[in-house]
Amino acid sequence: MSPGTIASSIADGLLIGIVYGIAAMGLSLIWGVMSVINLTHGALISLGMFGVYLLFTTFGLNPYLALIVVAFFGLLLGVLIYLIAIARVIDAPHLSSLLATFSVNMIIIGLGTAIFTTTPRDTGFSLGSVQIGPVTLQGTRLVAMVVTLIVAGALYAFLYRTRTGKYIRAVANNRAAAELMGIPSTAILALSFGIGTMLAAIAGGLISTFFSFTILSGGIYELKSFIIVVLGGLGNPLGALVGGLILGVLEGVLPLTMPNTWVPVIEFLLFVFILLVRPSGLLGGK
Amino acid sequence: MKQWLHPGFWITFVIVLALGLAPIVTQNASIREVMFTILLAISMAVSLNIILGYTGYVSFGHVVFFGLGGYLGMYLIDSWKASLPLAVLGGGAIAALLALALGASILRLRGAYFALATIGINEAARTFVANFEPFGGPTGIELHFSVYRDYGGPAQALWIAYYAVVGITLFAIVFSYLIKTSKFGLGLMSIREDEDAAEVMGIVTPRAKTLAFVFSAVLPGMLGVLFFFKNGNVEPGDAFRLHFSIETLVMIMLGGQGTLLGPVLGALGYQRLRGLLLTSDVKIGTLPLKDFQLVISGILLLIIVLFIPAGLVGWLRRRFAPLRRVLA
Repeated sequence: MSPGTIASSIADGLLIGIVYGIAAMGLSLIWGVMSVINLTHGALISLGMFGVYLLFTTFGLNPYLALIVVAFFGLLLGVLIYLIAIARVIDAPHLSSLLATFSVNMIIIGLGTAIFTTTPRDTGFSLGSVQIGPVTLQGTRLVAMVVTLIVAGALYAFLYRTRTGKYIRAVANNRAAAELMGIPSTAILALSFGIGTMLAAIAGGLISTFFSFTILSGGIYELKSFIIVVLGGLGNPLGALVGGLILGVLEGVLPLTMPNTWVPVIEFLLFVFILLVRPSGLLGGK
Repeated sequence: MKQWLHPGFWITFVIVLALGLAPIVTQNASIREVMFTILLAISMAVSLNIILGYTGYVSFGHVVFFGLGGYLGMYLIDSWKASLPLAVLGGGAIAALLALALGASILRLRGAYFALATIGINEAARTFVANFEPFGGPTGIELHFSVYRDYGGPAQALWIAYYAVVGITLFAIVFSYLIKTSKFGLGLMSIREDEDAAEVMGIVTPRAKTLAFVFSAVLPGMLGVLFFFKNGNVEPGDAFRLHFSIETLVMIMLGGQGTLLGPVLGALGYQRLRGLLLTSDVKIGTLPLKDFQLVISGILLLIIVLFIPAGLVGWLRRRFAPLRRVLA
């Protein structure tokens, strides 16, 4: 195995891993703020994919401009889902919120399958590629990495440098105390869910620029997001980005040493193992 | 023994018995197919209810026991020429063993962490079996047609599998009720209400939880063998379908978690609704209604989760006090 193969596997892994990371960030944020495992996550990723795809193929809108539209509607949809489906069960046992988010998932997937069928779609968008030594990097993936870094940076600035961000962190830390301090917790929870949804939609939109997809594809990324949030620490959105990079590199490098089909086995065993020995995640909790 | 006089047990038992007997009395193969699916759903829901409803642990891994049991049973029948009863017992045993091993480890996790771990186990099992050559790898195991000859041909074999499922479902009802009314069951319910308090009261919670997990795993292991024996083949995707676990959760939620009758009614209602929607000829615009099966189920589930979280039986018991003496 030449160093060139290894280098390009790692590069591929990093580029895809960072996009996994942003999908997982949304899941992690929602978990961190309201202790809800969002089973709608995969469906929302799929919606992001379709959003960018439809805007690009029907209106000819540049995918990255389309991404802004998708992000905005993702935020709105997230707030709406929270207010309709989750607000009522936020204090109920876990089963209720799990099933509430799962029912929204069923509705979205059901509508999506009825409208779009499950024929694979492809945006057919290309930005060429860049050659660095033995490593070939696809343009769309490089841009996806840049967009991810911008979004992650913006999220960090929002959470740690704005008043609203501080509210979110306060609610995550102790909702009752935050309410006593006059923080409107319902609005903050809805906003957090909206941001989580927006991140899922952005991830989906970015993935759609380089992979083909169906309405069911989001499910795969949802499972990967679970692994990543556990790697990065449940409830730690920025840890999720690192978790995504770890998973991406694993997916890039493991196939060099074993048949491709064993990779998910390793991933899920690792996931269960980390949950058992360090439920707060490899990088520690919040 | 007093608990066996409770009408709640007999109502549930008679409902299941009536469902089970319907195809046998009419000797109608198409009713049998419908009832097979319904009884399978009922016994899956009743057994999941032991860990979910009584003990309060949300498991997405119920189908792992179904899939693993099914795989082992098919392997025994195909490669070792084992008889069906032996394969069914083997499926139950391997599921129990897995539950024992898992119980000792992942049941330490609480709440959502446990739920997440069970999702991971399901995916790990599915992807592992797809790579495991003795189980046929990604293509799975297909039974040779001649296997059914020992059971009087395929048509007769389907009836045998059906009788076995009726038997297992009736057993599931008795077993679940036995646990619910026992001291052990009381311990499980106290774990559900407050695990730390239960521990202080002297319940050895790790042992109780593991035992509950094992009890809930045995029946799916046996059912898996019957289901895939009847199907004639087993594949990783069918055997470890996460969606199947979730559907079972939904059934319990519809009927009422922690009750005896709830999972039965929930499974029956869910399967009937699904069947009706799938075979309906109504159209919405240009699209047939059956395309919206998932949407309608989703909306119904959401309404129930939001407004009647105790499920049908739980709600009836709460709303109408006299019913508490009749419904278990």
